[in-house]
Amino acid sequence: MIFHAEPIEFVRQPGLGAPVWRGRAADGEDMLRFAISVHRHQGRLAALWGEDRRQQGAGYRLHCVFALDEGWPWLSLDLAAEGDRCPVYPDLSGIFPAANRMQRATRDLVGIASDGSDQRPWLRHGAWPADWYPLRHDAVHEVGMGAGFANFPSDYEFVKVGGEGAHEIPVGPIHAGIIEPGHFRFSVVGERVLRLEQRLGYQHKGVEKLLIGADLAHGARLVGRVSGDSTCAYAWAYADAVEAACRVEPPPRALHLRALMLERERVANHLGDLGALGNDAAFAFGLTQFMRLKEDWLRLNQQLFGHRFMMDRIVPGGVVMDVDATALAAMIEQCGVVRDEVRKLRALYDAHAGLQDRFATTGAIDTALARELSLSGMAARASGILLDGRAHRQGYTPPAPYAQLGVRPVTDERGDVAARVAVRFDEIYESLRLLREIALGLPGGEIRVEVAPLGDASGLGAIEGWRGEVLVGVQFAADGRLARVHPHDPSWQAWPALEHAVMKDIVPDFPLINKSFNLSYSGADL
Amino acid sequence: MIPLLRHIFRTGILTEPMPEAEGGPQREIDRLHDEILKVLGRALTIREVDAGSCNGCELEIHALNNPYYNLEGRGIKFVASPRHADMLLVTGPVTRNMENALRIAYDCTPDPKLVVAVGDCGCNGGVFGESYASCGAVDNVVGVDLRIPGCPPTPLALMQGILAAIRTAK
Repeated sequence: MIFHAEPIEFVRQPGLGAPVWRGRAADGEDMLRFAISVHRHQGRLAALWGEDRRQQGAGYRLHCVFALDEGWPWLSLDLAAEGDRCPVYPDLSGIFPAANRMQRATRDLVGIASDGSDQRPWLRHGAWPADWYPLRHDAVHEVGMGAGFANFPSDYEFVKVGGEGAHEIPVGPIHAGIIEPGHFRFSVVGERVLRLEQRLGYQHKGVEKLLIGADLAHGARLVGRVSGDSTCAYAWAYADAVEAACRVEPPPRALHLRALMLERERVANHLGDLGALGNDAAFAFGLTQFMRLKEDWLRLNQQLFGHRFMMDRIVPGGVVMDVDATALAAMIEQCGVVRDEVRKLRALYDAHAGLQDRFATTGAIDTALARELSLSGMAARASGILLDGRAHRQGYTPPAPYAQLGVRPVTDERGDVAARVAVRFDEIYESLRLLREIALGLPGGEIRVEVAPLGDASGLGAIEGWRGEVLVGVQFAADGRLARVHPHDPSWQAWPALEHAVMKDIVPDFPLINKSFNLSYSGADL
Repeated sequence: MIPLLRHIFRTGILTEPMPEAEGGPQREIDRLHDEILKVLGRALTIREVDAGSCNGCELEIHALNNPYYNLEGRGIKFVASPRHADMLLVTGPVTRNMENALRIAYDCTPDPKLVVAVGDCGCNGGVFGESYASCGAVDNVVGVDLRIPGCPPTPLALMQGILAAIRTAK
């Protein structure tokens, strides 16, 4: 497969998962040219990470996953190891701004650097030395409190905004609500936001290091805890990657049950966020009502799957538990109840002038900006981009079981909080419809097949989670253990979009805009 | 306004009775309120600190304020500043990037204070354990009065744990 007449030959990854093509760039120039061509064809940068391959007798490897209409070209670039020095590759952030933080994180973790000008650390806050790279195989660390490196939180060079009356509001890492930690630096004049700069990485707990050398089952547990609210999406993406690498096809019933869990996860999160969005506009009624529905929803998850968030239920090879006809009937009935309730609540939201005043035109991102920032998922669709990994589009067939289900993707042209609210409402309706379809058409048969790890194999999984595109790249070692796993959260691309969305709005609108995206800190901090 | 009120009326009161605290029957809300009053002399205020979780625990802590569990209706309230808090509810593992911030929050919480570690990660490091990036359990960083295990703990387990913490303080 050749994309856009570029000289790189790509090969389609086997398996039932999302369409992924594997290719290798001869050198940095080759990679840069391909990235420019992807950008010219309105493609996106989906993920970027590094890998230490010195144990295999090679150097380092840079992985870039791009997204085109057809699917995901996964391009690798080998870099020679030169003693302790950081190998360098061409900076992609001039083409895809989303590359900036991923490149800085790759430097912090693997010790391969872009040749760009922004070399500020991203995940390294001073808890380990600048010349020590945790994801290198020879990076050994004394584990246990008091052992190992001293922890000296470092200063961070925020971009300063000057001019008369401009001042800064620092927020975090601990925020006022029940929410994950991160630091926001607002530069404001009066209450108007001139600039927001985020400093994240507070949730960095070394997931990728733990995945090195893990076995398949432990890998699933870890990847399922990268971002708790998207545990099904992560577990499925990991399973897809492993199955593609090991040449295993999960049975049809397992695929349908995975979709059932993924859609239930989507509905749960949209319900919670719609309530919280009401609350952030001082409409506590909305929070109470939606939290009630969400609680009913989670209780049925507990009944059906034995876990309120369905953690550890999707594994490589299939799913760990089946549902019977009674459970399916209960689920179908609940879908009907929730649909009716959500319709009534939507009518109340739409008719509430105060709420609509806060939602409309607030935190807007136009289509061109959304493309420029490689935005995916719900936020991209609310900025008018018809992009949904579950839905057919020209040149793209979604993976099973979505190909048969015929997902109708939801978009909105406005790009503001109101648009993200509207898309979430419509996606709830669509997911409820899909859940019904899945439950009624659930194929019989096995729910799990054995997966034998295949030495040196690799694979990539891409799943449309409730927030956006969740990717997991897997590389096996020769002994069948995991050599390198990279989970990628859509929040990497969406956090910078939030910086843009708040510009020219006022400080009190920030919580509302923030909640309309509800991004994952843990997912991107790893 | 009328449709809104109608909806509220139709939904009714969903709040469920308090669960039993670990270690003894603790059924009546009045008795619970008495106990909180005896321990603290006022309502209980909680500052939640996410010191490195996967956000799963936060989902369940959020649920505590839904109408079924209605924690705030029992005089237990989440506050924005540790300076206003009687209890720190900490989820983990404590990342090394959050170690300092957690210590500052702890120091800012007035005595007498209660610290409750939430989730398997907060209790013992969970799947993430201790590493170059993680301090592991919350009590590796600040003193802990009570642990609520679970991945994540259910809202009921959280309520039972919060009640048990108040009892131990007594």
